[in-house]
Amino acid sequence: MTDSTMTPDEHRRADEAATGPMLAADGRPLKVSLNRALRRQKLRAMLLIAPLLIFVLVTFIAPIADMLFRSIENQIVSDTLPRTTSELATWDAETGEIPPPEVFDALFKDMFIATERKAHTRLGSRLNYELTGVSSLFRKSGRRVDDMGEVYQDQFEDLNDFWKDGENWSALMGSDAWRSSMSDWDGKDGRSAPAFEPRSDVASTLPETVAIYREFVDFVLSEDDNPLAEDPWAVVYAALYEDLANGADVSAVSGAGAAELLEAEAAASNFETVDYTAAFADVDKDWHSIEVWQTIQTYSPDFTSGYFLNAVDMQKTPDGPAMRPDNERIYIKLFIRTMFMSLVITGSCILLGYPVAWILANLPARTANLLMILVLLPFWTSLLVRTSAWKVMLQQQGVVNDTLVWLGIVADDSRLALINNQTGTIIAMTHILLPFMILPLYSVMKTIPPSYLRAAKSLGATNWTAFWRVYFPQSVPGIGAGSILVFILAIGYYITPEIVGGTTGTFISNRIAYHISSSLNWGLAAALGAILLAFVLGLYWAYDKIVGIDNVKLGG
Amino acid sequence: MAQDKLADAFVEFDRVQKSYDGENLVVKDLNLFMPKGEFLTMLGPSGSGKTTCLMMLAGFETATHGDIRLDGQSINNIPPHKRGIGMVFQNYALFPHMTVAENLSFPLEVRKMGKSDREAKVKRALDMVQMGAFGGRRPAQLSGGQQQRIALARALVFEPELVLMDEPLGALDKQLRETLQFEITKLAHDLGITVVYVTHDQTEALTMSDRVAVFDDGRIQQLAPPDRLYEEPENSFVAQFIGENNTLEGVVKEISGDKCLVQLDGGELIDAKPVNVTAAGDRTRVSIRPERVEYNKDRLSPDAHTLNAEVLEFIYMGDIFRTRLKVAGTDEFVIKTRNAPDVERLKPGQSIEIGWLPEDCRALDA
Ligand SMILES: Nc1ncnc2c1ncn2[C@@H]1O[C@H](COP(=O)(O)OP(=O)(O)OP(=O)(O)O)[C@@H](O)[C@H]1O
Ligand SMILES: [Mg+2]
Repeated sequence: MTDSTMTPDEHRRADEAATGPMLAADGRPLKVSLNRALRRQKLRAMLLIAPLLIFVLVTFIAPIADMLFRSIENQIVSDTLPRTTSELATWDAETGEIPPPEVFDALFKDMFIATERKAHTRLGSRLNYELTGVSSLFRKSGRRVDDMGEVYQDQFEDLNDFWKDGENWSALMGSDAWRSSMSDWDGKDGRSAPAFEPRSDVASTLPETVAIYREFVDFVLSEDDNPLAEDPWAVVYAALYEDLANGADVSAVSGAGAAELLEAEAAASNFETVDYTAAFADVDKDWHSIEVWQTIQTYSPDFTSGYFLNAVDMQKTPDGPAMRPDNERIYIKLFIRTMFMSLVITGSCILLGYPVAWILANLPARTANLLMILVLLPFWTSLLVRTSAWKVMLQQQGVVNDTLVWLGIVADDSRLALINNQTGTIIAMTHILLPFMILPLYSVMKTIPPSYLRAAKSLGATNWTAFWRVYFPQSVPGIGAGSILVFILAIGYYITPEIVGGTTGTFISNRIAYHISSSLNWGLAAALGAILLAFVLGLYWAYDKIVGIDNVKLGG
Repeated sequence: MAQDKLADAFVEFDRVQKSYDGENLVVKDLNLFMPKGEFLTMLGPSGSGKTTCLMMLAGFETATHGDIRLDGQSINNIPPHKRGIGMVFQNYALFPHMTVAENLSFPLEVRKMGKSDREAKVKRALDMVQMGAFGGRRPAQLSGGQQQRIALARALVFEPELVLMDEPLGALDKQLRETLQFEITKLAHDLGITVVYVTHDQTEALTMSDRVAVFDDGRIQQLAPPDRLYEEPENSFVAQFIGENNTLEGVVKEISGDKCLVQLDGGELIDAKPVNVTAAGDRTRVSIRPERVEYNKDRLSPDAHTLNAEVLEFIYMGDIFRTRLKVAGTDEFVIKTRNAPDVERLKPGQSIEIGWLPEDCRALDA
């Protein structure tokens, strides 16, 4: 290419290629200078929106994210039953055998500690979502684990009074350093208690005892008691027996309690033992049901898809997720009902709102403004008042029924059921959401010049054809915007269905509210909410693909 | 001015009146008769009722009084879509959600025409306005001039006998306007259609039309072919409105045949042609076109009355010279002279004498 055939633009680019990027006066590349100049502006803009941004983040995004996270979070099982879940990991439900004795041993310890901490009922209700009956099983077991541990406690205490005293225990378990700093600690000034530190000889000889004792110390501290003096839990004795039975070499222990340990080691072989497998069956035979153990095993991981499966009427089974039995399916039905009713509401809003918007857009400005105030009037009244008004209007002895009876359209003894059912919800919500349809429709119609209709008629179209082929397609963006608005508002609506919906006219959001405030199953509520959110986003995406979001006009 | 009824009138406005609010007449006593194939332009200041007339003809407004007839048939009660009148709107009104081809095929579809016929006609109409390659585009993807052509093609595609155009070129630049003016007139003549054309632009009106109806105040002030309109305005409104014009006010001294003597308010006497004056003593406003004013004594008849003038401004405009003079008390007297070797270039401050042929100075209503 010769110079003479190059366009000015090509010249510029050729220059740039030869000399590198354009430079500003100070020799920096122009782009860098520009960015630097813009950065200040951007910072200033950021500063202006920062309060709002922080507000939104703190009060909106973060809680939602936290809430959604609950839909998969499941640490409660492994937190409450750490030993049991790790022992259970290798158990295979397929064999049809109940778990091995080690699992029951672990369950005893976990259950004992959980009961002391009063955590077992919470776990019980959590697992009850997955398998009914677990809640009462846990509560019952919590009451009985104390007895199971006492078998060993009694034998140790009969052997030697040394074991009766909490001070002896702390001397045996805790290191000197820990004990002295513990006795110095007064809990004032908000200083936290010194962390438990076992005696090194005991720690290596009696690992299980030390582990349980550590939990005991933590618990005692959390109760604001003195771990140096408190008598240990029965489960500590059980752990000590377990260590001794496992052949701990207590001769390695010297100092306080060494003699008593040797004595106990000698006596332990003659101790009466507890078969936890049988003991738990004794508490409740459900402990020997494969199903219970399966549930615990299935929900051992820290994260679970259980809530989500639950939210779509499925459950985890050994063969993977499966549908729940027919009579337990509610959520899919509820989702479908929510969608269907929202669609009906959106549809009736279009039908009722379109003519109103059309009239508004075609009236002289003064009259249109007056009518517009009427459209906006509902916004000035409380939502609750409007909904309650519908309750009054639509009931069997209400205004609407009275009028119909008076007109002779409906017989007095067969008044229409217009409230506490789907009809009620649809009527009330259509009324409440109508302005959200009219406003975008109106602002779009306002921008369609009347000359299009005239042009169509001059080209030979009848009134209807002109409307349908020319006016209507141009108002579709308004319908789109209104429909998205109304549909999304409807799908998450809560108050109105709650008040006028009865049992058949409620939405998924009412169920979510129930799980949040009554059943306290927040995980399920979060899963249902997440599905709803995903659905709305999916709709939005689909709408963007099909109609195009640029086609949505809220005005101008 | 009422016009004699034509026996074969195609479009007739017969004593038509129109009021929007029941108080003011927007159109007062409109009488208009158009033969088939005529290109008639309605020209007038803003608010003079041109669009209203067009809308009544198209059927979007009803006449308050009077009769509108198309091909002998009263159309007052025919709905717009049955009138078969093509219309080009000022803002084009191309349907934005349809492609160009769909826009054109719309009037054919509503006439239930078969698909192959439709396609052939659309293609022919697009070719006619040299837009054959643009059928698949949306109106928003076209330039103003292209949209204009499409609007024209759409108004013509269903072969109406009457086409109405309301300031169709109003939004275009001068050069494009001139091209399209030419194209529209050529098309109209080739197709033999009758056109009612509304414009603000008098040049457009003069260059395109067979006849021009000058509107003012809800009435037709003059209805005449362009040349007569320019050279023989019948009243001072038309004289003022069409082309550049010098007016002087005075009183008629005497009338003799097609000549009269007018005494200007400053006392000067001038020759004029009586048009709108009937008797001596009438107040009159005389109108002289700038290019008809002479300052070269040799060209004037020896007995012609002349006026003394002082040159205020001389503007060189290429093909012509435009000179502003102070004459008989007015500073706005303008003369135009052709740029020719033998023409003297006047200088500001120079004193000259000006005059004209009596038939070029029309004594009109005051
Ligand atoms: N729909 C209407 N309602 C009331 N008055 C109207 C209406 N349309 C026009 N008018 C009035 O009628 C008069 C004539 O209007 P019209 O539109 O015919 O003028 P026009 O000659 O087309 O003017 P322009 O050259 O500005 O388009 C104006 O005074 C206008 O205010
Ligand atoms: Mg107009």
